[in-house]
Amino acid sequence: MEALGLLMHGFAVLLTWKTLTLMMVGLVLGIFVGVLPGLGGPNGVAILLPLTFTMDPTSAIVMLSCIYWGALFGGAITSILFNIPGEAWSVATTFDGYPMAQQGRAAEALTAAFTSSFIGSLAAVLLITFLAPMISSFALKFGPPEFFSVYLLTFCSFVGLGREAKHKTVISMSLGLLLAGIGMDTVSGQLRMTFGSNDLLRGVNFLVAVIGLFGISEILLTMEERLALRGHAAGISLKVVLKVWRELPRYWVTLLRSSFIGCWLGITPGGAIAASFMGYNLAKRFSKDPESFGKGRIEGVFAPETAAHASGTAALLPMLALGIPGSGTAAILLGGLMVWGLNPGPLLFVEHKDFVWGLIASMYLGNVVGLVLVLTTVPIFASILRVPFAAVAPMIVVSCAIGAYAIQNAMFDIWLMLGFGVVGYVFKKIGIPLAPFTLALVLGNRAEDAFRLSMIGAGGDMKVFWSNGLVGSITTLAIVLLFWPVIERVFAGAGRLMRPAKA
Amino acid sequence: MSNTEIEIVVEDPTAPEADSPVVTSVRVVDVTVSLLLLVLAAVLGFDNWRTGIAWDSTGPQAGYFPFYLSIILAGASLYGLVAAFRSRKEARETFVTRAQLRRVMQVFVPTLLFCLAVQFLGLYVASFGLIAAFMRLVGRIALWKSLLTAFLFTAIMFLTFDVAFDVIMPKGPLERAMGR
Repeated sequence: MEALGLLMHGFAVLLTWKTLTLMMVGLVLGIFVGVLPGLGGPNGVAILLPLTFTMDPTSAIVMLSCIYWGALFGGAITSILFNIPGEAWSVATTFDGYPMAQQGRAAEALTAAFTSSFIGSLAAVLLITFLAPMISSFALKFGPPEFFSVYLLTFCSFVGLGREAKHKTVISMSLGLLLAGIGMDTVSGQLRMTFGSNDLLRGVNFLVAVIGLFGISEILLTMEERLALRGHAAGISLKVVLKVWRELPRYWVTLLRSSFIGCWLGITPGGAIAASFMGYNLAKRFSKDPESFGKGRIEGVFAPETAAHASGTAALLPMLALGIPGSGTAAILLGGLMVWGLNPGPLLFVEHKDFVWGLIASMYLGNVVGLVLVLTTVPIFASILRVPFAAVAPMIVVSCAIGAYAIQNAMFDIWLMLGFGVVGYVFKKIGIPLAPFTLALVLGNRAEDAFRLSMIGAGGDMKVFWSNGLVGSITTLAIVLLFWPVIERVFAGAGRLMRPAKA
Repeated sequence: MSNTEIEIVVEDPTAPEADSPVVTSVRVVDVTVSLLLLVLAAVLGFDNWRTGIAWDSTGPQAGYFPFYLSIILAGASLYGLVAAFRSRKEARETFVTRAQLRRVMQVFVPTLLFCLAVQFLGLYVASFGLIAAFMRLVGRIALWKSLLTAFLFTAIMFLTFDVAFDVIMPKGPLERAMGR
């Protein structure tokens, strides 16, 4: 087991006071942004990213990933205590979590949520530990056509499997790819789509776009709503924790099922939300007593939380192994990697062993530390919600501006951020999904390079994408996924034709 | 257990009223956005066509890939335009009510002014101004609390970024007077 040895090495890299302190700071900041209304995983990571610019990559990614774990934990607090899901994937947690809080079992629900998040993440991290090195060593043999077909697969699966209107996903994705192309062309050195502007010469920076799209637009959206809230405060005592943990083995099937769903959907792009609902619904369907769901059943907290966190963590697997992020937050982490001069993808496992295994080890450690931290400090964090939004909103705006400016020291980027804020607000309201945009913006240049290199290699023959079994099957799969809704309908139609009498 | 429970209640005195008149429907915005995207696709497509969308000795020219993307974008926007026109559901959906728009503007306008101020006064002065003014005027929080919070936050940001991490922010007359 080479992976185990390397993992141990990763732990050795991490176990310094400096890294552990950064971890705690990251977790606290993460829970903070997770609990605050109008912020969450991707927003928090995007806004706090500039803090890490001057750190070495390992410390930086440890801190960032801890912000992410913290935000995931924090989301559960507001869902259960206030019935406000911090993230779309926390929605399923409110179904049974909030009723439990109303019955005075908030502490139990919180413990269940934190513990199951921990279990879900752990399952996904185990998967990453053993699968990521294998996939990346396999991917080392990839040439440009293979890489392009994998990118194509990612884009197509977003279009085909996403729940938004197809044309809106296509709009979001092609817009992202176009914006990624602004500036100097990496192959020929020619300028494109700059319209003579010096500021556009640098191109549209991914992180500036993300800070605007997620940070600023979220503030605008939050202001629209009534911000009054009413909820329960709860302290968690050791007795409750032990009580919940004693019950845990009884639900092993649910936990296992949800972990599996989460890992599976996390690897395919955009899966965390689907995973949490699927985890919940399956637990309900297989339960002997489905009526009791939604009325404060602890299993109804276990199931979605495990699945959501497993998928949130598993989304990092394709990012590490192939350089393709499985979620919005993973895309932002990927943007961070590039700022620190690391090139995500299979070579990462060869060239930056310390970094990769440090990150994987930090996933284990961060989750353990996070679990202890949230269990002991819930009351403090729940009271953050008392801070008026009028005080929080301008601070977030300032943090966003600092972040946007720090990336390239350009005033233009602050204006760009504001522009993206407005675009994000409008897009969210008319249902154009932002995740494909983010993904396209971060992958755009590499997808284009891969495409052009394979075209040059093959002399412009599209058949290069079917030139061997591997690349051919990935490309075909991509096209099948792109037209999946159509194919599904045809099959359903054909099925109906076969047995018309029964229908 | 229940005796350790405390209610947390946060009021929102300036919340938008529920029965505020509708400013515009989702359909109108959807159509506008589709049109704007169509124009954008045309402009970008034209620029890439000028750059060169053909093949030369080194393979596809710089405009090749983005040109076809603008065509995809144009196609999807056109489809979106037609779909939005025909959608009855979107016509009934509210994009924003007047009260909501007022609240959104309450954040957007200060943010816009803040960005302007950053350009001329530097980031730290601008952020002090934004936080203090926003808390006082929009949040109706006591003046001393607003000023103190704004000062503390700005000072912490300055110490973190400028002093500790050496991340340089835009600066204005005040910083120059202080010699930084």
